[in-house]
Amino acid sequence: MSNIMSQSIAVIVMNIRSLPRRLWMSLAMVFASAVVVAILLAFLAMAKGFEATMQSAGSDDIAFFMRTGSAAELNSSASRDQVSLIENSPGILKDAQGPLVSPELYVIVDGLKKSTQQEANIPLRGLNQRGVDMRKGFTLTAGRMFTPGTDELIVGAGILREFDGFDLGQEIRFGKYTWKVVGVFSTGGNVFESELWADAKVIQNLYNRGSSYQTVRARIGSPDDLTAISEYLKSEPRLTHEVQTESAYFATQGKSLEYMAIFGWVISSIMALGALAGALNTMYTSVSDRAMEIATLRAIGFSSMSAFIGTMVEAMTLAVIGSLVGALAAFIFFDGMNASTLGGSFTQVVFSFQLTSDLFRQGITLALIIGFISGVFPAWRAARVPVIVAFQSAR
Amino acid sequence: MKDLYLVYKNLTRKKMRLFLTTFAIFIAFLIFGAIMTLRGALNSGVEMSADNRLVVVHKTNFTNPLPYSYVNKTQTIEGVKQVTHANWFGGYYQQPANQVVTFAVEPESYLAVYPELVIDPDQRQAWLNNQASILVGERIALANGWKVGDRIPLSSNIFSHKDGGQTWEFVIEGIFRGTEEKTDTSYLLFHYKYFKETQSWGGDSIGWLILTTVDASMNESVAKAIDSNFANSNAETDTSTEQAFNKAFIEQIGNIGLIIFGVVFMAFFTILIVVGNTMVLAIRERTGEIAVLKTLGFASIRIFKMVIIESCLLAFLGGLLGLGAAYLLIQGASEHLARFLPNLVLDQNIIMQALGYMLLLGLITGIAPAISALRLNIITAFSRD
Repeated sequence: MSNIMSQSIAVIVMNIRSLPRRLWMSLAMVFASAVVVAILLAFLAMAKGFEATMQSAGSDDIAFFMRTGSAAELNSSASRDQVSLIENSPGILKDAQGPLVSPELYVIVDGLKKSTQQEANIPLRGLNQRGVDMRKGFTLTAGRMFTPGTDELIVGAGILREFDGFDLGQEIRFGKYTWKVVGVFSTGGNVFESELWADAKVIQNLYNRGSSYQTVRARIGSPDDLTAISEYLKSEPRLTHEVQTESAYFATQGKSLEYMAIFGWVISSIMALGALAGALNTMYTSVSDRAMEIATLRAIGFSSMSAFIGTMVEAMTLAVIGSLVGALAAFIFFDGMNASTLGGSFTQVVFSFQLTSDLFRQGITLALIIGFISGVFPAWRAARVPVIVAFQSAR
Repeated sequence: MKDLYLVYKNLTRKKMRLFLTTFAIFIAFLIFGAIMTLRGALNSGVEMSADNRLVVVHKTNFTNPLPYSYVNKTQTIEGVKQVTHANWFGGYYQQPANQVVTFAVEPESYLAVYPELVIDPDQRQAWLNNQASILVGERIALANGWKVGDRIPLSSNIFSHKDGGQTWEFVIEGIFRGTEEKTDTSYLLFHYKYFKETQSWGGDSIGWLILTTVDASMNESVAKAIDSNFANSNAETDTSTEQAFNKAFIEQIGNIGLIIFGVVFMAFFTILIVVGNTMVLAIRERTGEIAVLKTLGFASIRIFKMVIIESCLLAFLGGLLGLGAAYLLIQGASEHLARFLPNLVLDQNIIMQALGYMLLLGLITGIAPAISALRLNIITAFSRD
């Protein structure tokens, strides 16, 4: 056993030392696996970043009410009477001023996107102080809160980053009405930062919504309270709403870019096949380049196992170097990259790419698979060719 | 002829390498064909828009409704040929995830404004006569297996039926096709009047207006006239050409589109670089043989041509196979993807570009070894061996 070990180590060292002779072919293999890994990571990081932006927005102790079948906040509706009925629901926590309930409005307005200088949809959320208090991690990073009953609004940090014209103190016109930016808020990077917030009553007025709202949030003690609320909703014919935890709602919304991850896997798997063809070429060239050496070693008593292991290690080394280069490139170019796209409510969601260690592991696994397959067949050839044939073919 | 035989022999001397190289090129062009088609599908709304068609939306955002009275008010503006309107229904079929683009429209004027929609005259009449019927686009009908005469339930994620629930029942009276393959036929149309009468909110509001101008040169003046006509009203408007509107809409998908295409193109070029490298080395290996050919009296230019032909042959072999596979893939996928991406067409433009890249690949990988073969000094070549 130790014999095979020492033989293998000798062969591995020889193979690695002879790499410069096949510099271009070897670099091609490193390059190919680097690009495959970088591409896979780019897609996965995009999907992950979007999902994290959505998921971190939801809380488990907030019950979220939407009209049945509406799928997104934008489509939901709730009249003043329905909001009052929801307030009476069991399971909702109360304080001195009454139940902790936040009826909200969700209106779409146009904003000028910095990157394209085109108008894009952004949400203007109408809510009151109770609603603001329900957002975990909410902080005003500049300015102050809007004054209820006025045409003041506060702007999310993501909007400020991706759109023009929302700086503190600026006036913005949406259609006929002018709003004043009095504050900038952060919610720790989640989807709420892609929104504008203003007083719900003012929005009802300016957008002809009468006294109606769209969605309702309510503070609950624990997710278990939902069962009682659900039953209450079913038993009350005037309510057409369904309830879930806020975190469940945003988890569903976060899945809408999941196809990106799938697309990424498909593209990079196809790419990997192409890279594999290149890598196999490299390794076959390596074996035929070293045919003389292999034959010599075998002739002086090295086992065929050591020839096999030597070639395998060479292939795996090249693939791993490639995957590290690719992962590093992906990290430099994509990690933290700002992007924005249309989310489920038909509005822009600002998010950043996120490369987690789990994604790195997936990338390196893919590279190892490429390395293994591209090594095993040529290594088999190196190990199996009879010594005499090897000498002849090396001539 | 003899030269071609030599080229053939050179190409096939290492079967494994030929196979692997061809396969890598095959993959590269498969990705290229598929991704370009995908991109074309996303941009087809911009490409297919009529140059004298304008879209009028609420100034705050196109999701805000406009008053119905705007239809007649717009019709009287000079330079306007025909006005129609549409409402977004938020339709889905059976499950909320299975969204179906559905518009409530004024049937006759809508078809007049969109002349690229072709319908059998009998079906057209049947749809016009039956208020509770829908007209279905060919692609979406195909995707869901719908036929004329079928009764289908269609739900809305926005509106409620006044009889309760969110589901309407429609009978399919007609199926429309497009005059061109790229025309979008992945949506449904039904009567605005019926929509107004059956939904629970009531109210006389429309989503947006679409109109044609007498001549495309009047687009700008008509757009200005409309917007200033409704200025300072409760619903100010924003009028743009259909093309600009569609372009802005596509760009909402945002830079992730840009990133995806950038990344995939990088992939395409990487494969070409890796393969090109192999091809160059494969010819370099034969320096000795080329010296022999020269010694035998082969003219340098003849060898030069042979090398170029060899690399081009290889590029086109893999490339054409890849493009063919992309075509088959798209044919297969377009039916399944009709719901999300209506216009998957691998068109001439893409084919020409792909052919260009194949030629480029062949020339670039052939030219360096071909030149060194051209310049090769027989004596140094033999002494190098």
